[in-house]
Amino acid sequence: MAIVPPGPPSARHGIDPSFTALPLHALADAALSRARDLGCSYADLRVEQLREGLRSFRDTALESSTDHATLGLAVRVVHDGVWGFASGIGLTADVAARLAERAVVTARISKPLTPHRVELADEPVHADRTWVSAYDVDPFDVDEAERQGRMLELSAALLAGEGVSHTSASLHLVREDKFFANLAGTTTTQQRVRVQPALTAVSVGAHGFATMRTLAPPAGRGWEYLTGTGWDFDAEVAEIPSLLAEHAAAPSVEAGRYDLVIEPSNLFLTIHESIGHATELDRALGYEAAYAGTSFATFDQLGSLHYGSPVMHVTGDRVVDHGLASIGYDDEGVAATTFDIVSGGTLVGYQLNRQMAAEKGLGPSNGCAYADSPGHIPMQRMPNVSLAAEPGGPSSEELIGRVERGLYVVGDKSWSIDMQRYNFQFTGQRFYRIEDGRLAGQVKDVAYQATTTDFWRSMEAVGGEQTYLLGGAFNCGKGQPGQSAPVSHGSPSALFRGVNVLNTASEGAA
Amino acid sequence: MSVADLLDEALRVATGPVVAVLTERHEVNLRWAANALTTNGEMHGRSLAVTATAEVEGGTAVATVAADLTDVGEVAALVAAAEAAARAASPADEPVPLVADEAHPEDGDVRAEPAVTTVETLADVAAGLGRAFERAAADGHLLYGFAEHVVSTVYLASSTGLRRRGVEPQGRLELNGKSDDLGPRSASDDDPAEGSGGRPPVGQRSAWVGQATRTFDDVDVDALYAEVSRRLGWARRTVELPPGRYETLLPPGPVADLVIYAAWTASARDAEDGSNVFAAGEGRTRIGERLTPLPVDLLWDPAWPGQETLPFVASTMSPDGTSFAFDQGLAVEPVRWVEGGVLTELVRNRGHAAATGLRATPPADNFVMDAGGTATLEEMIASTQRGLLVTCFWYIREVDPERLLLTGLTRDGVYLVEDGEVVAAVNNFRWNESPVELLGRATEIGASVPVLCREWNDYVSKTVMPPLRIPDFNYSTVSQAS
Repeated sequence: MAIVPPGPPSARHGIDPSFTALPLHALADAALSRARDLGCSYADLRVEQLREGLRSFRDTALESSTDHATLGLAVRVVHDGVWGFASGIGLTADVAARLAERAVVTARISKPLTPHRVELADEPVHADRTWVSAYDVDPFDVDEAERQGRMLELSAALLAGEGVSHTSASLHLVREDKFFANLAGTTTTQQRVRVQPALTAVSVGAHGFATMRTLAPPAGRGWEYLTGTGWDFDAEVAEIPSLLAEHAAAPSVEAGRYDLVIEPSNLFLTIHESIGHATELDRALGYEAAYAGTSFATFDQLGSLHYGSPVMHVTGDRVVDHGLASIGYDDEGVAATTFDIVSGGTLVGYQLNRQMAAEKGLGPSNGCAYADSPGHIPMQRMPNVSLAAEPGGPSSEELIGRVERGLYVVGDKSWSIDMQRYNFQFTGQRFYRIEDGRLAGQVKDVAYQATTTDFWRSMEAVGGEQTYLLGGAFNCGKGQPGQSAPVSHGSPSALFRGVNVLNTASEGAA
Repeated sequence: MSVADLLDEALRVATGPVVAVLTERHEVNLRWAANALTTNGEMHGRSLAVTATAEVEGGTAVATVAADLTDVGEVAALVAAAEAAARAASPADEPVPLVADEAHPEDGDVRAEPAVTTVETLADVAAGLGRAFERAAADGHLLYGFAEHVVSTVYLASSTGLRRRGVEPQGRLELNGKSDDLGPRSASDDDPAEGSGGRPPVGQRSAWVGQATRTFDDVDVDALYAEVSRRLGWARRTVELPPGRYETLLPPGPVADLVIYAAWTASARDAEDGSNVFAAGEGRTRIGERLTPLPVDLLWDPAWPGQETLPFVASTMSPDGTSFAFDQGLAVEPVRWVEGGVLTELVRNRGHAAATGLRATPPADNFVMDAGGTATLEEMIASTQRGLLVTCFWYIREVDPERLLLTGLTRDGVYLVEDGEVVAAVNNFRWNESPVELLGRATEIGASVPVLCREWNDYVSKTVMPPLRIPDFNYSTVSQAS
């Protein structure tokens, strides 16, 4: 599978004029002045316009075409040391002021249940800032016939492959415009786009049925992603039928312990679940205990927890080009940055919002607040969390060459992890046996299962930059009410020793 | 201008076949952690979704465009966008005309104003939580959880003359209690620099209870806390067990989480294509096959008492992936998809129904399982010699769609039952099981009761489920989480 190198630096676009034409500053004045008059020590207003398109295809026919535009505003306050939040529709000063009043009402009702006053970490004022993500072509500027035509072209090519019985495909497009203002004087206006194409081939036969999906990750790019920038969909679609046929006919894996060489197309998700979520400080402090869960990486272990091997270096960032979590300023007006999470195998940092940073005396926030819509409150959400490659490090083939008996893991599929981020289980799109340093054909029915720190401590080597890929997902879930966040994870290929592998065919009733 | 007027405007400006669905949504919530409120909110939204069809080269196309709406002046542009999207779309698979006009007196006044909820709905809950927090502090417990009330009013109008309206109130309260040793590791724990990453603090206990409600009038926070306390008491003694197969009692909540996943994969079209667990090969489905020797009925019914859901189709796709874009407004009928232990029906839209000569079966947002059992969970515990009682499942994901093999974890309450009594808490496990295969292996099914599931209650809060006895539930590994 060839990955096309990035093209020239992406054009910088202006923010959608229909968004900047809204009375953003007048709404901010109305909401924030009302909040100030009601005695709030902190208040912010967000106006958000989200445009989302989703197309799905079954074989070579369109199955569903939906577009959704969200436009609304939200006011969050700290009143008498207590959070209050209200959101609504109607972009008028009256509505904005009323939302400030309702936010104060929710704070008052909540006051008896709030023994500790909310404090926020300091942040410089960022006045009149704008930021636009790196993309070439706004996917919503592309003709609908061209968008569907491209997906149907790829579907037809996949369906024509030998042994492919059916195909399914989807295309998810998002453009996000946000305006933020707070009592301190920060005002930011930002826009970003992202796209997620995916195609799956299905093989039905005497073997039962088997599927294989494209490895192309969702990306903070525009329509150019479908036409050759950042990924070669035509080349990948051409390869899948023969790979699927080999997978369908592959022998079932023998359960046991194996050395694993894991490609970033799979490892990004393991990073997400076992590092990304485990190093959210709100989880470590128990704020998510009843739902998303807590973390084994408790705060008292900051600076001492032996998370992984010495070759493990993990950062959080909201700045990388085409990263799904990249932004100029977060939803609390904090400037985006890059920070260390694991250094040389030791836990050295957490993801923060302003409340968590203040609660633990960690200085300024590192900018990880995000709300997925105007109807939801900002909470600490994951930045791009990435495993560093080794400069000049080995290729995937060289990593495979170090393995006597193992498996080479490609592409993500099924994932699950417990509520303290200890025990996880992942499957993949393709698993190859490694025998004496060489690939020896696919096997199937594979799931690898480990405890997080056992797994990362078993990482003997990471690949070089040539193995690096920015993977990611649109749909990271957290919080109640539930919110969905897009996030990227960069990773090289990596070699792990002695990981437990299940044969899934022998699980359940078997 | 009333909300219903927005639909009049949509029909007035439409130039071809359209169906318009307006959803007015009010929601309020409280969230808490460690005996203190953490977040709250009062939200209001209004969305209009317009689905248009158009004749295009090669057939009929359909597209839906939706937007949050504040003013009648925005409707025309939205309808025009939907019609343009339909004209630009490629032909749909198995198109059918939009649902025809039909009287639905049960809807009442289809022009009535939307139902509303405000944060004051949760005032009594807040007071109850205040009392619970005080008791918990005195008992050495920490309480975590979430309460939410959502009231959606859905209006539907089509160019075929159909007008419908429905109100769907949904509420839930989740209460998780933990012993107050959640915090930093104690000095007696394993050295985190070695071994398997360190064990959670010794003695940590956790229990979860939940309740679905339409109004919150029936929510008794004191009683919910009492149940949490009872279960935390069960965990004063702990037993470590290795992975393996254990006789297991699944209360109604975990059963709901498994049944919901099975229902979400019940696409007839996929089964005929050979690509889900209900496929029988060569274009055939498993309809008619006995899944269990027990007399199990699985059904959805929008009029099930206490679990009422919207009685008509108002979305373009069901959770199993079946498109219902042409079928919006269609009445959702009760469907008994497993009857007497035999698979009898799958999810099918009108287009595929016409193609196959079978009936359309849009799913409701509630799920009922009934096998005529009469034993309560307590009675099933009392009749258990040795087994596990698993109160919550978590992070359920599909491993193998061919068997519907799922993986997941136990959470917030795994208990050892010996000689008819709960005697200790047990460590958590990762499991790998198929709900379809479990149905065939169940040896006892108790009395069905309304229940709030744990894993999927963001999506489904209306279920009626029984407890199950599984003789050999498969736990693959131990999870250190507590």
